[in-house]
Amino acid sequence: MNTGASAAAVSMFALFVAITLGLSFYLGRRVRSAQGYFAAHGEVSWFVNGVAFAGDYLSAASFLGICGMIAFYGYDGFLYSIGYLAGWIVALFVVAEPVKRLGRYTLADALNSSFQSRGLKVAVGISTLVVSIFYLIPQMVGAGALVQPLLGLPHWAGVVLVGVTVVLIVVSAGMVSTTYVQFLKGALLVLFSAALALMLLARGLRTAEGGIDGHVFRRIGPVAPAALVDEISRQPGLAGAALVPRDEVWSAAGLERIRAADGTISVWRVRGLRDAEGGELVELRETQTVTRTADGIQSISGQTPAEGGRLRPVGHVEQLPDGRTQTGPLGLMSFLSTLQESVVVLWRKVDVREPDGTVTTVYYPVPTPGNQVLRPGEHPSFQGIRGDKLSDKLNFLSLMLALFCGTASLPHILIRYYTVRDEVSARRSTIVGIGSIGFFYILTLYLGLGAMTSGALDLTDTNMAAPLMARSMSEWLFAAISAIAFTTVLGTVSGLILASAGAVTHDLLPDLFGASLTDHEKIRVAKLASIVVGAIAIGLGMLFKNLNVTYLVGWAFSIAASANLPALVMLLFWQGTTRQGVIASVLVGMTSSLVWVLFSEDAYVHVFGLPKEAAPVPFSQPGIVTIPLSFATLVVVSWATRRGSPAPA
Amino acid sequence: MVDRNRRLGLWLFAAYLALYGGFVLLNTFRPAAMEATPVAGVNLAVLYGFVLILAAFALACLYGWLCVPPDKGSPGEDR
Repeated sequence: MNTGASAAAVSMFALFVAITLGLSFYLGRRVRSAQGYFAAHGEVSWFVNGVAFAGDYLSAASFLGICGMIAFYGYDGFLYSIGYLAGWIVALFVVAEPVKRLGRYTLADALNSSFQSRGLKVAVGISTLVVSIFYLIPQMVGAGALVQPLLGLPHWAGVVLVGVTVVLIVVSAGMVSTTYVQFLKGALLVLFSAALALMLLARGLRTAEGGIDGHVFRRIGPVAPAALVDEISRQPGLAGAALVPRDEVWSAAGLERIRAADGTISVWRVRGLRDAEGGELVELRETQTVTRTADGIQSISGQTPAEGGRLRPVGHVEQLPDGRTQTGPLGLMSFLSTLQESVVVLWRKVDVREPDGTVTTVYYPVPTPGNQVLRPGEHPSFQGIRGDKLSDKLNFLSLMLALFCGTASLPHILIRYYTVRDEVSARRSTIVGIGSIGFFYILTLYLGLGAMTSGALDLTDTNMAAPLMARSMSEWLFAAISAIAFTTVLGTVSGLILASAGAVTHDLLPDLFGASLTDHEKIRVAKLASIVVGAIAIGLGMLFKNLNVTYLVGWAFSIAASANLPALVMLLFWQGTTRQGVIASVLVGMTSSLVWVLFSEDAYVHVFGLPKEAAPVPFSQPGIVTIPLSFATLVVVSWATRRGSPAPA
Repeated sequence: MVDRNRRLGLWLFAAYLALYGGFVLLNTFRPAAMEATPVAGVNLAVLYGFVLILAAFALACLYGWLCVPPDKGSPGEDR
């Protein structure tokens, strides 16, 4: 909300998109066959492919979502980083080489190599489509969120822009150009993030009383409760001010309102403290408010938007260890240990609903000790691990399991194994991928914590934390990072669309409708499929624009892991697997996880706007139930079908 | 050869699974333990996270180095 289009950002952005498109058209001219379109002729070098893995994998959710989560809640976002990276171990040690050995274009190829079953290809093709589309939604939503402040366009325009650009990339050249675009973007993302992290460490930490706009957030007290009114009227500008009589809805949210002599009302957060003798003290801290009625936004922190009312940028260190005011340059470890002993002001929000229908969103500062910032369990969806409820703990276990198993089941990651020559190259490119992705994920912790203390955070948009921190250093850097983030979305989306197009062309069309296609027709069908999937993604991106990006990604991982991983693993390690077993496991895993997600508390609240008590499933993340369920289905069905008929293979 | 690589992969996988499992279980059932600051004033949550990321890369390199190339002899046979 506190950003606007800038000439540097717009031109940098245009340059990036132009280079990306130019590259795809240039490379696209060389594609001759279906093998070239879907698998880049199988001759991409392992190093390029490895970095392209990073390009594919470091999606909007990784870059924007994780940094934003760390910037607003501390350590918890890093749990995602750890889980996402750990998933690569499954990919490398279990899945990579067999997938390369067994398949040609798609995951269904690999699973079907010993069965030659139409039903199996169709089932896996459908699950590829479902997972890809689920994974596409957060990417599109992220793109819209990014374009809004960068180019000053509305959300839907961002979604359409991404959709159209990506379809152009994919249609022009398929896997060759997608791979090189991903290579370029993966490399740039890692390098620029490293540069940003270094600048951040060189800047060190310093104390402040507000954000980069120079506004000082006022504090009154701490004083004994009885002396509060006198203390208030001693503040500059508040002479003769009085507390507004207490009122249930405001007090319940821990807020006090002060009416100044001129009648303006400001909202303050109450904080109870103790003095050295254990006596009660009270402190008031200035908040920021957005007041809405049915007609829209009425005022922001007491001013109408027309009067210049807007939310101020936030994020500062209130207190450094040993009473210092700034640290100077810090090292990788000393940055963390200094923060551990500092006090950082984080912001939380609460909605106050008054009887007349007015809703005031109050953003209030919470001074938080560094040791709390750096421990797990501060984010609302992770708080459960500090409680005693088993279902909350299971929810966390379930998420970490889905992240671990999900990576190796994502279709757009799996198809990247078909772009290299052989298994050795598949292995090497995975190692390069793990190296670059791991390095990047370590950086996310520093970027997130840096954004937390940069004074540049936008309270209404967690996803913009990293780009806005870059802006607090230089406008040029902001433009570059935003452009890279945007191409990140482009890259991931094109990979996903290509995976879907491949599934339609190779798995669904020939086997569902019995159409046999020539090479040339295959490419044409795939391009058509890309356009259709792209259009679906644009539509969904607009529909789901209010959804939290990280939830969706977690769910996409759960669905991918439940549908695809059991089949892949059992096929590799259990001779008794039958074709019916694989089909059943894919369908059961996909449906059960999808249904679980749609009936979860999070979906009820954030998607359907229903009360969370109405949700029938006990916790939101399905993985811990549906992954074992899918395994069990495979074993039971395989066992039953083997006894009933001789082994089909 | 393929079997040997696969066995190696599974051993390394088991090692990493134990490390990751330990992290997840510790976070779930003993979150307070993650607040301890054993080294250089940095807490266990961050250190363990870094170890997991570095270990992933280290094991990946080890695997790449020990795997038998399809066309040559096997450098890891003496293990």
